Amino acid sequence: MVTQNRNWLGQYGEQRACDYLVRQGYKILDRNARTRSGELDIVASQDGTLVFIEVKTRTSQIAGHPLESITQSKMARIRRLAAAWCMVKQVPNTQVRFDAIAVLVLGGRVSIEHLKQVG
Amino acid sequence: MALAKSHAISLLGLSGTVVEVEADISANLPGFVLVGLPDASLSESTSRVRAACANSGFPFPSRKITVNLSPASVPKSGSGFDLAIAVSVLLAMQVMPLPSTKTLFVGELGLDGAVKPVWGVLPIALAARAAGFETVVVPVANVAEASVLSGISVTGVASIKELVGKFRGVIHSQQDTHFVELPGPQENLASGLDLEQVQGQSLAVQALVIAAAGGHHLSMIGSPGSGKTMLAERLPGILPPLTVEQALEVAAVESVLGDAKVSPLLNTIPRFQTPHHTASVSAIVGGGMGFPRPGAVSRAHHGVLFLDEALEFQAPALEALREPLESGKVAIHRAAGTAQFPARFQLVLAANPCACGYSGSLTKPCTCTFTARRRYLGRLSGPIYDRIDIRLRIQPVRISEARGIGEANLSSEQAQKQVIAAREAALERLAPLGLQLNSQLPTQHLRSRFHPGKTATRLLDKALSNGATSMRGYDRCLRLAWTIADLEGATRPTVDHIALAALLRGSDSPGDDE
Repeated sequence: MVTQNRNWLGQYGEQRACDYLVRQGYKILDRNARTRSGELDIVASQDGTLVFIEVKTRTSQIAGHPLESITQSKMARIRRLAAAWCMVKQVPNTQVRFDAIAVLVLGGRVSIEHLKQVG
Repeated sequence: MALAKSHAISLLGLSGTVVEVEADISANLPGFVLVGLPDASLSESTSRVRAACANSGFPFPSRKITVNLSPASVPKSGSGFDLAIAVSVLLAMQVMPLPSTKTLFVGELGLDGAVKPVWGVLPIALAARAAGFETVVVPVANVAEASVLSGISVTGVASIKELVGKFRGVIHSQQDTHFVELPGPQENLASGLDLEQVQGQSLAVQALVIAAAGGHHLSMIGSPGSGKTMLAERLPGILPPLTVEQALEVAAVESVLGDAKVSPLLNTIPRFQTPHHTASVSAIVGGGMGFPRPGAVSRAHHGVLFLDEALEFQAPALEALREPLESGKVAIHRAAGTAQFPARFQLVLAANPCACGYSGSLTKPCTCTFTARRRYLGRLSGPIYDRIDIRLRIQPVRISEARGIGEANLSSEQAQKQVIAAREAALERLAPLGLQLNSQLPTQHLRSRFHPGKTATRLLDKALSNGATSMRGYDRCLRLAWTIADLEGATRPTVDHIALAALLRGSDSPGDDE
């Protein structure tokens, strides 16, 4: 039950993040791109730059700020996944960027924090 | 996003390097990174600073915070950087303004945001003043220690909250700065040790006054209970009080050791250090891992280093005294750099004449063999014994002296007056040479400009020509004779002065006078 709730929260957060990105003029290329070793939350492009976005959604800050849970090792895994994704999609040589988005759902209000070029 | 900086000082020995503490808050995944060659204790600072700020009501933003300690090549150590790191981050967070860039910070933080005392605040404040800083912010508990300095204002803070409040609010008010109180003439005899309390031993008391007046090193050899320690303890009481400059040097050493006095007055009483005879080399000259700390010779700076049972000290510990005796300072080399501590002390040695303690005693027979006696005192000969101008043989007090039948001794106050007068006379003569004390007189001057004249040195010349004394012994006798002349108000040493000097100087080898 708890797991389902979390899953739902994650999906909800990613949806809000996508809406936000689209409003900002990003083109969403892929979502929940799964490979054997993990999943990329959002792949988007903006002005010719390929952007890999990790989304973290939380309903409270009791366990810390959502961005704090993106550790160095997690960033390293996202880099590997991104490389794999480019291989599969046969992306031509292009600029790549790694972003992080924190979605904080607090009492019916949603705040979105977007950090660019974090990796 | 935001960049700010504050300043701290990295100490090595007693000299400090100004360290710029830069904080950068960037839009990146949250983290707190400290760079710029911190050692293990300083790296832990990040955890303390983060918690201290959060618990003071200023949580760090969920951003990447990078703190750089520059120059990055200077090794840094200790928890004293906590406050400067916290300040630079709080400035970058724009929590508060910095009233003046000429402000330096030192202090350790508790997790609750309390600013805790650290060692070395006085030399840090000295270095800050030398580098042109106007204010130094220190832990409240260290305020007294730092406020002996003039030319820099000292602000004490108890917590991060208080500091932020101060900087936000009363920036222009100077109400919290402490001003200098220079010490008045201080009660030098506060220790309760007075020369008057010594019964008899008039030659020894005279020798003590001469040692104090000329800065001559002194050794006392005598049976147990003859009063060697009692005499030595009274030497600081008859030395002139330290000048402000000297007192500051001594206070800086004590500050590094973390045992600075709470009083905001400079302590101008010459220090008295008595390391135990089991002391290691590092305990005597200073040392320790990584960042070295001063030893007994530096604690005794401008004071007295008393080695009781000098023959029981391990040979390396005694040999280690040679460098400070020669140069007045100690240099300790470490990977982090070379630490220098001042160590200009007056050496007083006390020893038993033999293993049983009663050789040469008039009260008890000695049970040692001749060779055992020679071997025992032989440990003292060599480079250290060579530097000792006054070599006393002390006899236990006789019953007539103990009952006070003999002449009463000087009081410490009278003796100190004589010492100060003699030192002034010597200074007048020696100042053109850049010297202060007769014990520092170089040989070439002793034989030319400051030779007392052939008539006065007749006996000594004879002793030299028939081999009874060496050339070095001859020079040492003359130095002593000058001090004796100064004490008696004579312009030049006379035959009598030289005779007394020869008596006090004794033989070149400690075992020879039997």
